[in-house]
Amino acid sequence: MNGFGFRLSPSSAINLDKVDRSRFEELCSIEPDALRCMSCGSCSATCPAAQFSGMSIRKVLLNLQRGKEEEAFRLMSNCMLCGKCTMVCPRGINTRRIVLTISRIYEKEEKR
Amino acid sequence: MREIYLSGFNTFVLPFMFGMLFVLGWCLIGAVRIIFQLTPDDRKKFFLSFLNPKIMLKNIRDWFCDCLFHVKLWKRNKLLGYMHSSIAFGWFMIIVLGHIEVFLYTPQRMHQMWYPIFFRYFVAVTDSTMKGSFFFFLMDFFLLVVLSGIVLAIIKRARSRIFGMRRTTRASITDLIGLYSLWAIFPLRLLAEGFTADISGGSFLTKSLNLVLHSFLSDQMNMLPTWWAYSIALCIFMCILPFSRYMHIPAEILLIPMRNAGIPVRHARKGIARLQVYSCPGCGVCIDACPMGVVKANSKDATVYLNRQIKRNNERRIEEISDKCLLCGKCTAVCPVGVEGDRIRIAQRSIRPYNLAPDYSNIDENSAILAVNNFVSTNNNIVSTANNERVLYFAGCMTALTPGIRKSMESVLRKAGVNYRMMDKDGGICCGRPMLMAGRKDPAKEMIRKNTNIIKSSGATTLLLSCPICLKVFKEEYELDGIEIIHHTEFMDRLIAEGRLHVESSEVRYAYHDPCELGRGCGVYDQPRRVVAAAGQLVEGAKSGKESICCGGSLGSLSLGFEQRKLMTENAINNLTADNPDAIVTACPLCKTTFGRYADRPVVDIVEVIDSKTGN
Repeated sequence: MNGFGFRLSPSSAINLDKVDRSRFEELCSIEPDALRCMSCGSCSATCPAAQFSGMSIRKVLLNLQRGKEEEAFRLMSNCMLCGKCTMVCPRGINTRRIVLTISRIYEKEEKR
Repeated sequence: MREIYLSGFNTFVLPFMFGMLFVLGWCLIGAVRIIFQLTPDDRKKFFLSFLNPKIMLKNIRDWFCDCLFHVKLWKRNKLLGYMHSSIAFGWFMIIVLGHIEVFLYTPQRMHQMWYPIFFRYFVAVTDSTMKGSFFFFLMDFFLLVVLSGIVLAIIKRARSRIFGMRRTTRASITDLIGLYSLWAIFPLRLLAEGFTADISGGSFLTKSLNLVLHSFLSDQMNMLPTWWAYSIALCIFMCILPFSRYMHIPAEILLIPMRNAGIPVRHARKGIARLQVYSCPGCGVCIDACPMGVVKANSKDATVYLNRQIKRNNERRIEEISDKCLLCGKCTAVCPVGVEGDRIRIAQRSIRPYNLAPDYSNIDENSAILAVNNFVSTNNNIVSTANNERVLYFAGCMTALTPGIRKSMESVLRKAGVNYRMMDKDGGICCGRPMLMAGRKDPAKEMIRKNTNIIKSSGATTLLLSCPICLKVFKEEYELDGIEIIHHTEFMDRLIAEGRLHVESSEVRYAYHDPCELGRGCGVYDQPRRVVAAAGQLVEGAKSGKESICCGGSLGSLSLGFEQRKLMTENAINNLTADNPDAIVTACPLCKTTFGRYADRPVVDIVEVIDSKTGN
């Protein structure tokens, strides 16, 4: 069955009409800078947690925007708050505070 | 000596008695509550400290030097020191001398609390004997001392610059009531004693005043209103005391033995944190010290205002103030009573609820252990290393952003023939300090546990660090059983002193910047200066050492944005370049990055200087 080295993936299409964006909008109202990210990837390149969980605040923001919250939480779970992403961000976004704000306002599925 | 009134009582003592009993009761209940809020271990440590003669001696010294003489303020500014110590010590002496007088002349009245305070009204003592005039003179002298302090205090409200303070605290309503009643107490006492001086006797101040006043107020019935006024002023002051900054007077008496016993801040609002908040005298020394103060709006976020908001339970402002702070620790360093502004802020952050907690269980430290534990096996082959040292070099996250520092450090280690290994060559686990600064203790503990495992299994004797942020947490939170924790400035100082590193001196003028976490955080001031002096001419900034100004890039602040930090960084650079040095030298990768953004001259790490000034 799996002798070909590839398999069928479930569709990764996201229907934005069906995504609950209320949390993300709350985040953006507290942290307007979250929308200023231009996904340059500087944060991904410097993150020391990236080697463990693939963390990158760029991906976290994209995932939250698309309603893939569990994936965002998984990435974030290894964040050590070292602040390097904040220092390299060319847009001057306070990414460290965004991580803390996400940890405050979002909740895991099973808890809700 | 004769007692004027046989009853030894007049109704004017009632306001004083009311205020006195109120404040005594309040402070007693407060002290018991604070002691019970400590953890059982801390409480035991606190009580046991009273049995230790060394700590007890320090307590007594601190009670006199801090509470009465205000030695730390004298060091800051002579006038400021005189103002505070004249009021505190003068008043203390008046109270003590009053009690001595009661004890000597009317020992049967010792149980009457008001007697020492209103002694002159109740007792007439002849001032023609040596003993009588001696006490009269002393009482008048110390009253004059206090009055001179009050005059200075009034001047200070208008012209604080004369006292070496650019900005002073904006007083709250209760502070103002306390302030005005305090100012009123002593002139009223002088007036009351002046009226009574022809009956009770007096000295140069009261007797002279009596002669002057009698030329137009000869009716002795007029003295009662002034004694009433004096008593009422005391009552107002003591009743407002628990709700104003004057609470620092009783609170500091308890804070000193607690600090000397080494009780740490464990809870945001309980125990020693609460005590420190009440010990804040609102002097405002921290306002000028705060590096955020260059932006005028930020001067409302100094520690003195945090303490006020904690007293008021204003949660919104507490959060705002404690999140903004850079945690540079300068307010703690300059505070005359020892309020730990940085630790109190971290404690406020720690009670914040978070729904999502980090989970590091997937991080496997075994691979890191494998990478570093080849120390012992290769160690014996290296002959050149002195006394069998095995140095584990942890560059840290911030150094990964400034690879030059790591490169130079490795080069210096090779030149000195040090037997070393890199701990985080391909990236490691963060030291945990940034997480602790955010108040999230549990995830930080997890990182600390993993790093401890790696370091312990490496077989190293020394842990070498390039980043002062790491240094502080390694020194304070890690338990590494005998592994020496050392910063590269200290290490290079040792290498140079041992003659293992030969540095060529030059004419370049270097201004050394004390990183917050290295200087105030770990007390390392001299070693980096010796190292810099070995490579060039050492220049000091306008403010340095304990009062060095934070670069503005600190991870301590959670809410300050990139743009808001710019003015702070520029201010710190101006401070360093006051003497026009050729380059700025720092010992922290974070300071280097931050200064590098705005400085008009080269910013280098101390190890880069040494690397460039040493041959092979």
